[in-house]
Amino acid sequence: MTTTTNPSKKMKISGAEAIIHCLLAEGVDLIYGYPGGAIMPVYDELYKFQDKLTHILTRHEQGATHAAQGYARVSGNVGVAIATSGPGATNLVTGLADAQIDSTPMVCITGQVGRHLLGTDAFQETDIIGISTPVTKWNYQITEASEIPEILAKAFYIARSGRPGPVLIDITKNAQFDSLDFHYEKCTKVRSYVPTPVASKESLSKAAVLINEAKKPFIIFGQGVILSEAEKELKDFVEKSGIPAAWTVLGLSALDTSHPLNVGMVGMHGNYGPNMLTNECDVLITIGMRFDDRVTGNLETYAKQAKVIHFEIDPAEVDKNVKTTVAVLGDAKASLRDILPLINENSHEAWLKNFHEYYEIEYNEVIKNDIYPTKPGLTMGEAIRILNEKSENKAVIVTDVGQHQMIACRYAGFSQTKSNVTSGGLGTMGFALPAAIGAKMGAPDREVVAIIGDGGYQMTIQELGTIFQNKTAVKIMVLNNEHLGMVRQWQELFFESRYASTVMSNPDFVKIAAGYDIEAARVSERDQLSGAIEKMMAHKGPYFLEVCVENEHNVFPMIPSGASVSDIRLK
Amino acid sequence: MENAWYTISVYSENNVGLLNRISGIFLKRHINIESLNVSKSEIDNVSKFTIVVFTTPKWVHNIVGQIEKQIEVIKVFSHTDDEIIYQEAALFKVNSSLLFDEREIQNIIKDSNAQIVTVSRDFFVISKSGRRSEVDTLYDQLKPFGIMQFVRSGRIAISKAEMQISSLLKDF
Repeated sequence: MTTTTNPSKKMKISGAEAIIHCLLAEGVDLIYGYPGGAIMPVYDELYKFQDKLTHILTRHEQGATHAAQGYARVSGNVGVAIATSGPGATNLVTGLADAQIDSTPMVCITGQVGRHLLGTDAFQETDIIGISTPVTKWNYQITEASEIPEILAKAFYIARSGRPGPVLIDITKNAQFDSLDFHYEKCTKVRSYVPTPVASKESLSKAAVLINEAKKPFIIFGQGVILSEAEKELKDFVEKSGIPAAWTVLGLSALDTSHPLNVGMVGMHGNYGPNMLTNECDVLITIGMRFDDRVTGNLETYAKQAKVIHFEIDPAEVDKNVKTTVAVLGDAKASLRDILPLINENSHEAWLKNFHEYYEIEYNEVIKNDIYPTKPGLTMGEAIRILNEKSENKAVIVTDVGQHQMIACRYAGFSQTKSNVTSGGLGTMGFALPAAIGAKMGAPDREVVAIIGDGGYQMTIQELGTIFQNKTAVKIMVLNNEHLGMVRQWQELFFESRYASTVMSNPDFVKIAAGYDIEAARVSERDQLSGAIEKMMAHKGPYFLEVCVENEHNVFPMIPSGASVSDIRLK
Repeated sequence: MENAWYTISVYSENNVGLLNRISGIFLKRHINIESLNVSKSEIDNVSKFTIVVFTTPKWVHNIVGQIEKQIEVIKVFSHTDDEIIYQEAALFKVNSSLLFDEREIQNIIKDSNAQIVTVSRDFFVISKSGRRSEVDTLYDQLKPFGIMQFVRSGRIAISKAEMQISSLLKDF
């Protein structure tokens, strides 16, 4: 048996075996996938190499992509998902689109019908290259075995370098069967591709002057900080400059949520102060974020008074939505490191006090009632508050999409980076359960808690089977309001409470979990909530907790769609 | 912001699927491609796409950024009409009898600086290159006599300013 990997030596092997050697050479030891006809040669090799490369069988190919994403988001490594041709390949599309918009490094490998069958409408033939083009950073169809090493090396390089993203490699069945002289060399550059621009001295010094002269400076950081592992550099920058810093949903956990200069979240359901004061600051310093419409609201009235500095790795993001005064093009870690010596030590106590005053208002109007409710009916906010207490802000929190996601982002505490895994850009319901599986495998020593609504949970609920088979110790906390809560909220606020198709008749989730041999409980009384969450966190294996929350609770503050950030509503 | 004509020049590797990737960027933004030409460029093994769109400067900035981001794209330029020398080529197929029966046709061809590229018993083919308006004028003049077939190429363009690709390729 040839189970040794020595990429430096030439050896004659099949394309399918070469694929395994490529994965091993890239340091991959875990992949997610689902077998089928056109990828069977690869699965046959996976069988032979199972001591070196673990394959997790998800219950749907979409689950494989989200698991690979969850794995990538907590580990910083490239996630790998594998599927067959036709429907196997098309089922990857949602995960690819999600990874593309959230800049998640992922390589997807799909089987394809044999080269001689391409274009004949063969069984399970689909043009996955055409379909996946708009949702991949790069894609390529391999039709000859000899192409495999070079293309897979390129795939991993492209997925992880610069602004990361998903890559799909489609491999025809003949290329898997045919043999090649295997020789693997890691890819370190591609002509025509500049992954990481280097910030010019001029841009850094221009930015530093603006920052040093600012009276009311404000930082917004995004996932770019996490992707470039610039957490320490961000903290140093924030502390030396004394500038209040807020985060986008995907930037959450890059800076300790209890840091005195961490002023909270910007955007549609962000905090009151950061949104209001975006339109009062004199210099807006944005780091590794892309001015998503959920962050900016109406662009015509967004930070018009401010000079805008944009630290950004992707030149296409500069001036895309918001016109910048200074663009610092480059990797956030390098740029923040290089600008630090140019920044004066400073504090902005009076300006910071504005954030605190807005927080007081928000606390009294919204937060207090969310996390310490006195009215009957559990709230999502109190469940998150108790989870913070039990986990000591150390858990990885994986959320789905909707009200529970916004509540979790608003109230979850984080003391470690790469801890908030959510579908931010695409807003993919069904993301959380499979992503939590990947997150647990990517960070096996950490507690991973999936917080999911009753709607999104049922979109990928079949992945309970994956948890069951692998005994994956994820904690699943479904916040059940028996509605598609966020859509219902919009119907209440903007469609005169016409609740079209947002009421859910749900099955007995505890029984379903029991069917998968997952220990499960349901809680609906306030005096039992803390104990229930404590029990979940103390449990060694996978655990399911259904929290029955109030059905018609709304998430506030809220910037109505298309309104200005300073038109944020508290009720 | 006002719509204007922009010529986008894309230097890229010559790979299967890149056209689809580039055209998808216009599709996603619901922007129509007015004309498209793909050819080799002044550099060996580097292709050149010449794409004409009628849109706003903001969208051109956005599109150029997105195209340039594609892995196999080397560099993208956008130009307004006054920054480039541009031409289109057209072929007209006309019934041969017209050449002999309609004296005016000969004058039209002469005045338009068009060329007759082939003559056969049944038809002849006129080739005309120039600006869109010149091609359109010839089209309008020939139309009353009957045009058997007509085709026009996408715009091809050379910028007045330098497009530094060779030096860029050395830096990669």
